[in-house]
Amino acid sequence: MAAPLGTGALTEETGQEKQDAQEKDKAVPPERAEEAKLKAKYPNLGQKPGGSDFLMKRLQKGQKYFDSGDYNMAKAKMKNKQLPSAGPDKNLVTGDHIPTPQDLPQRKSSLVTSKLAG
Amino acid sequence: FLGAGGGNDIQWCFSQVKGAVDDDVAEADIISTVEFNHSGELLATGDKGGRVVIFQQEQENKTQSHSRGEYNVYSTFQSHEPEFDYLKSLEIEEKINKIRWLPQKNAAQFLLSTNDKTIKLWKISERDKRPEGYNLKEEDGRYRDPTTVTTLRVPVFRPMDLMVEASPRRIFANAHTYHINSISINSDYETYLSADDLRINLWHLEITDRSFNIVDIKPANMEELTEVITAAEFHPNSCSTFVYSSSKGTIRLCDMRASALCDRHSKLFEEPEDPSNRSFFSEIISSISDVKFSHSGRYMMTRDYLSVKIWDLNMENRPVETYQVHEYLRSKLCSLYENDCIFDKFECCWNGSDRQRRNSQLTSSFLPPVRSIVMTGSYNNFFRMFDRNTKRDITLEASRENNKPRTVLKPRKVCASGKRKKDEISVDSLDFNKKILHTAWHPKENIIAVATTNNLYIFQDKMN
Repeated sequence: MAAPLGTGALTEETGQEKQDAQEKDKAVPPERAEEAKLKAKYPNLGQKPGGSDFLMKRLQKGQKYFDSGDYNMAKAKMKNKQLPSAGPDKNLVTGDHIPTPQDLPQRKSSLVTSKLAG
Repeated sequence: FLGAGGGNDIQWCFSQVKGAVDDDVAEADIISTVEFNHSGELLATGDKGGRVVIFQQEQENKTQSHSRGEYNVYSTFQSHEPEFDYLKSLEIEEKINKIRWLPQKNAAQFLLSTNDKTIKLWKISERDKRPEGYNLKEEDGRYRDPTTVTTLRVPVFRPMDLMVEASPRRIFANAHTYHINSISINSDYETYLSADDLRINLWHLEITDRSFNIVDIKPANMEELTEVITAAEFHPNSCSTFVYSSSKGTIRLCDMRASALCDRHSKLFEEPEDPSNRSFFSEIISSISDVKFSHSGRYMMTRDYLSVKIWDLNMENRPVETYQVHEYLRSKLCSLYENDCIFDKFECCWNGSDRQRRNSQLTSSFLPPVRSIVMTGSYNNFFRMFDRNTKRDITLEASRENNKPRTVLKPRKVCASGKRKKDEISVDSLDFNKKILHTAWHPKENIIAVATTNNLYIFQDKMN
């Protein structure tokens, strides 16, 4: 793989050769072709997929944030305005968005019997 | 398989399907684990809603020799509830990650079920009689006025409609900071292990307020974290031996006799990687999602994203066999990364006891070879089986369209590239939302349980 990724040249090349590569696996192994595709789409993707950030995200599954202090301060600041509500993905509370009680999904236990038992 | 084999090949037929027909799947109904008990009479499922459903095989009707007993609902209960850890601001899912049965010791059945944080020991018992004829109580439970009692009688047990009760006997909590991925009962039937992303704990089934930490791979500085534990299992015969797999494709075998904390492995199983093949995806697809010892304990099987590998415990430097589950996905890794499918955790299983068995229909001078087959799931509701002796493999589909009992399932084929033949399905037409992550093989018979997203299929060998 001579050409450095991100130059665009490699992705064009693999785009054309993709069919060949899949069938004959000569010039570009399919995995590398896929990698090139991904890096073309997301140039800022980190080099190490198995690295610390990725694993930390996995370990933090289930983390929700609601701070009543932040919530009340934000409410006080924006007395006359609507509080910004969560974006389309209500489950993901990130950045400057101050979580509100409505943003945290309601967790209710399943009172209904499993349909497997029906 | 594929019809070309000898008369000894298994011919799989549809037997039953459980669950709702409609396509709109509630999240709670997503099946998260499937497990036969040690006799195969009971089949347990766990779901995302924290519920366990246990099916029981009907007693075989000796006159109807063409089919084995059907599985019907035996018991269902809510095993785990959703929780919120206020101190850590952590939501704890009620999803049942694993169920493991204890061998039966008395009339009751016991199983361990676990979510991300808490393991519970459940007792499932039958009640088929009740005491009647109390002196101080009416049959409906109301108390009698003692002054009206003129004679005494001895209460007797009378039969009643069978009631199956599930009660939590032990709750093993607060021992895992990270998310539990495995539980495994030791061959001593007294202890078991539970594994989370970074630690493995050893418990005694009778003791809930203490557990021993036997593996801890948490680095002092979390920035140095490079791999996590993905699965763990006790050896089937050696009570001091267990293995755990990692997100980097390695398996470590540990011996608890060596030291109290088994951070130093006794054996490290790892296949050397060809550096020229390395890509962004290499580590992700090498992550092992399941590890299972063979019944004999001589081999173990691992499942990574694209393949199933068989390892000989005596050889650490490479697997003895590798089976490609869906190699055609290698050229789709970019999309599979984008839609998160690349992180799907497929399980794998061995066929029932791979000990030699005499087929009573054959003459005594001919013993069929020990059958060794491994099974795992894929996408589009396909599942795959690999016969280790004949080296043949088959792809089958769990679908309501193949609903006729005793009709042999038609093998499926995926067309990776080029001209698609009739009856083949092209890679681009595969439905990646239809994943078969959980499968189980009856410990003694050729009966398999295959879980699609929210349905449980039971297939069995077409009998003669």
